[in-house]
Amino acid sequence: MEQVLRFEGECVSVFVAHIVANLLQVGFLLVFAPLVSGVLARIEEMLQGKHGPSIFQTYRDIVKLFNKEELVSEDASWVFRFAPFIQFVMPIFVVSLVPALTAYPLFFAFMGDMVAAGFFLALGGFFVALAAMDTGNVYGPVGASRTRMVGFLAEPVFIMVFFSVSYIANSTIPYAVNAAFSASWVTAFQPAHLLVLIAFFMLILAETDRIPVDSSSGKVEIAMIGHSKNLEYSGPGAALMKWGGSMKLMLLSIIFLNVLLSPWGLATSMAWGDVFFAMPRVLLKIMLFLLVLASVEMSLAKLRLFRISEFLATAFVICLFAMSIRLVGLV
Amino acid sequence: MQTLELARVLDGSFAALSVLAGLGVIVARQMRGTLYLFIAHALMLSASATVLAVSLHSAHLVWVALITLVTKVVAVPMVLVWATGAKVYGRREVEHVLSIPLSLLIAAGLAFVAWSVSQPLVQAIFAQPFAAINVPAGLIAIFFGAFTVAVRREGVAQLMGLLIMESGAFFASIAIVHDLTIIAEIAAAVDVPIAALVIGLLIRSIGSVTGNTRVGQMVRLRERR
Repeated sequence: MEQVLRFEGECVSVFVAHIVANLLQVGFLLVFAPLVSGVLARIEEMLQGKHGPSIFQTYRDIVKLFNKEELVSEDASWVFRFAPFIQFVMPIFVVSLVPALTAYPLFFAFMGDMVAAGFFLALGGFFVALAAMDTGNVYGPVGASRTRMVGFLAEPVFIMVFFSVSYIANSTIPYAVNAAFSASWVTAFQPAHLLVLIAFFMLILAETDRIPVDSSSGKVEIAMIGHSKNLEYSGPGAALMKWGGSMKLMLLSIIFLNVLLSPWGLATSMAWGDVFFAMPRVLLKIMLFLLVLASVEMSLAKLRLFRISEFLATAFVICLFAMSIRLVGLV
Repeated sequence: MQTLELARVLDGSFAALSVLAGLGVIVARQMRGTLYLFIAHALMLSASATVLAVSLHSAHLVWVALITLVTKVVAVPMVLVWATGAKVYGRREVEHVLSIPLSLLIAAGLAFVAWSVSQPLVQAIFAQPFAAINVPAGLIAIFFGAFTVAVRREGVAQLMGLLIMESGAFFASIAIVHDLTIIAEIAAAVDVPIAALVIGLLIRSIGSVTGNTRVGQMVRLRERR
């Protein structure tokens, strides 16, 4: 009886520890996402030979916007007011499903797979696009329709990436995928895995409005894709949109680095010290990734709108190759 | 056994990247990009030869890797830039006969056809551990090169197609025969820069006479004055 009680007590403490670790993952994303955006902006400016803003500029922008008055058009409906919250909350849902700090599955790990993560992120994008069309601003609908065009072209690639990953790793649960890829050098270096990585990297560029698909620092409204959707927001709404955008970038980096590339740096034990020290390690990984991302962005030119289909078609064919290599059982 | 499996996986990754570089040569709109993709293709060939050399303990393949590195990664690009003139490589937005998404789809189909065609040969030489990877990848590069020659109007891009075909043939052959004498390898390797030089000078000459290097648009003969 005593043993059963002790066992139950251990189960409850593991259960609580997993929930706390899950919340820690959410906190990690919330706190460091603006830093990731700030560092990326700074690296890009430095690569262009400029000094660039402080790496903490995104934090300052968010604080400043939260302290400002929010002005909403009289023509705006509830969708416009609701969209920033969706944009802000969806990455928080998704980070609970993926291995952000720990290599072992946490409390929410089996409540959704990579398809669910894609759905949550797409839902955020859908509401933001609706909100952009809601106010009657000239550039909002242009940006919304362009984003939908990019999203529509990226969708098949996303699905192919999921299929390829599930085919290679025999699972769509991010923790299982991570474990399958890191099982041995042979699984880590298999060509299908490499091709999926390249295709997903191209998707990150498309989904986070980076060059060559969109220019994140562009100020010309007529050429904007992603940023024209946020033009109408002010005050706390704009702050949430900015914070949500930063979290999406950090989240996609985490999925790329921890799920698809390598689980190096993640906590493998339940010791709190290990979980806390995973934070600087994962941040270091993200910073190295940002260097690569900025270098790729700086070496490419922004594509004209109707050339984006070519970029995403290439990503689709790469996924097709990844699937084919597995299907024919080549390696 | 684990080492051979790892070597196969690494070789497979290099083969996959070489196929991607070949795909890039088909669709790239910038001439400099096409040149870089050709270099990437040659680098993958060299990397694959290195993996095969280490795995099969073949000194000949080490030479193949080194010769490929020196000729295709260093010499051919230098010769091409010198022979055709650096101006040609600054060209962007080079047009295609077909649209790029259509070219990509056809290229995917060609890859499938190349893989199917290579299967009887792969089964005939099943004793070679890397043939199942290198032979289809090489054949895909040959098909991609031929397709590039067919759909590109620009002389330099067509030349890249020819060179990709040659690299593809090499990619396949290193997995089938890895005891070729070094003389033959050197002879084969020296051919490529010379061919690049001759065709490069021809493209330069065409460019100086007609004002551009879009050989696909030149359909009528005209006397040189």
